[in-house]
Amino acid sequence: MMKLDLSARLPWIGIVLVALALAVLPFALAGIGTTWVRITNLALLFALLALGLNIVVGFAGLLDLGYIAFYAVGAYVYALLASPQFGLHLPFWAIIPLGALVACIFGVLLGAPTLKLRGDYLAIVTLGFGEIIRIFLNNLSQPVNITNGPQGISRIDSFRLGDFDFGKSEMLFGLNFSGPIKYYYLLLLVLIVIIVVNMRLQHSRIGRAWEAIREDEVAARAMGIDTTRMKLLAFAMGASFGGIAGGIFSSMQGFISPESFVLVESIMVLAMVVLGGMGNIWGVILGALLLSFVPELLRHTIEPLQRSLFGRSIVEPEVVRMLLFGLALVLMMLYRPAGLLPSAVRRRELARKSVEP
Amino acid sequence: MQPLLRASDINKRFGGLQALSNVSFSIAAGQIYGLIGPNGAGKTTLFNVITGMTPADAGTVMLDGRELGQLKPHAIAQAGIARTFQNIRLFANLTALENVMVGRHARTRAGLLQAIMRTSGQRAEEAEIEARAFELLRYVGIEARVNELARNLPYGDQRRLEIARALATEPKLLALDEPAAGMNPTETGELRTLLERIRSDGVTLFLIEHDMRLMMRLCDRVLVLDFGRAIAEGPPREVQQDPAVVAAYLGTPTP
Repeated sequence: MMKLDLSARLPWIGIVLVALALAVLPFALAGIGTTWVRITNLALLFALLALGLNIVVGFAGLLDLGYIAFYAVGAYVYALLASPQFGLHLPFWAIIPLGALVACIFGVLLGAPTLKLRGDYLAIVTLGFGEIIRIFLNNLSQPVNITNGPQGISRIDSFRLGDFDFGKSEMLFGLNFSGPIKYYYLLLLVLIVIIVVNMRLQHSRIGRAWEAIREDEVAARAMGIDTTRMKLLAFAMGASFGGIAGGIFSSMQGFISPESFVLVESIMVLAMVVLGGMGNIWGVILGALLLSFVPELLRHTIEPLQRSLFGRSIVEPEVVRMLLFGLALVLMMLYRPAGLLPSAVRRRELARKSVEP
Repeated sequence: MQPLLRASDINKRFGGLQALSNVSFSIAAGQIYGLIGPNGAGKTTLFNVITGMTPADAGTVMLDGRELGQLKPHAIAQAGIARTFQNIRLFANLTALENVMVGRHARTRAGLLQAIMRTSGQRAEEAEIEARAFELLRYVGIEARVNELARNLPYGDQRRLEIARALATEPKLLALDEPAAGMNPTETGELRTLLERIRSDGVTLFLIEHDMRLMMRLCDRVLVLDFGRAIAEGPPREVQQDPAVVAAYLGTPTP
């Protein structure tokens, strides 16, 4: 009986420990430098994005190379409605859902004409879509100045609830809560909500319909699944998550420009999903954290290391980053093609092989 | 009495090939109805037309008095026609149970919000889906394989799983495209028992099959297609004697 009790409690003990660690983390990081809190925040933001893309790519199997466009849409919706650009300063709790909705509409706009496309063809169209959005943002400064073009939009409001401003430091319970630390907790909360939504969707009638479409679209139709609707739903859900992440990004940075939403960013998010393990929520988060943190760690170690060894910098950190990144992807494809944490489907397959004689 | 399925004057042309010309037939509820014919006669095309996968050029299909018209495949599945495929099309990387659970899609309702909120109704429905799926695996006799991936099942079990998945949609008419293909005589015998049981449980069967012995024993009526034309229709014994059918299969004797 004791043993049973313990095993039932173990996951809870684990969860409490992880929660404690996550709660203390920003203060520990702030001890090293506020930069690291900001880096962590960006990593969490990318985890949000990767989870959104995972719905489209991992669950429904639709290769989307223009995902960052929805992030851009969310970011610009927030920036335009909460900055001196138009002199509008709406509250964030009104704009974030609006940004999610607008991104969702763009998701359906992209999804509707591409429903019949799969694989490479879909990838090319979505890639084009991503570029179109970015180029629009870049050029919508004439004849009427909407986006301020390549200069971007600055002095974007931070989130504010009454007197509580996410952009300002303040002392609470004897601790110094800086702006980035406040955003850290906000991002963590949003991430948890999105994880729960993802998990529930995956183990639902809709999640199964997505998996069925990924596996065999013709058979899915024969089972009574309206594949058109389900694919649009996947695009819409993924896009909304991207829109939410974009709004938070906008307010957190206080400045956005089309340069933040280039193709490489789409590819990075996709790489996070693939590297971590398509379709596995924890794998995708791991992928996002790795691809966000490792480059920063390199940036902070490669240069000092070279200086102390050779007295000058020979190889740029950026070069080393791309080199390692490329190498990691090649090794992954060779040794762990299903990702660091493969989805349950793959794991079951491996488990079966080891059980059977 | 009104037939369960009535197809009238179905025509389908692929480029220069008249795959189906003026094919008409009807299936009464409770029958096992066979579709035979030499290779390339248009059997699978007829299946595809009836299940909405290939739109017909002309002709009507009525199920239970309702015109299926230009309904999409998923709507036809919801209307009550389920099918299996000649080249098995399971969801290879899902388990046997999950495959059948997908089949419950057409008969369950929980939407996005219910799934996200995990309402009590949604949880009850999920439990019902899983229970029903397991029951169907037992019904076709592969409950021991419940958690195995579909791709890892032996061939015969994959055929059975496809039938279980189709039954999960609660069809009025179950269309099976060569269910006995690649089976040995024992497996074919077991399949016959299963199909008869499905019929006795109230599902009408429509099947394409090349195994003539099986068809003669199993079917109440058969339709023979040759070059897209219906050349004979009736009880298997009569059709077997039909000179046009003999000619289609063996060629015309030279006088």
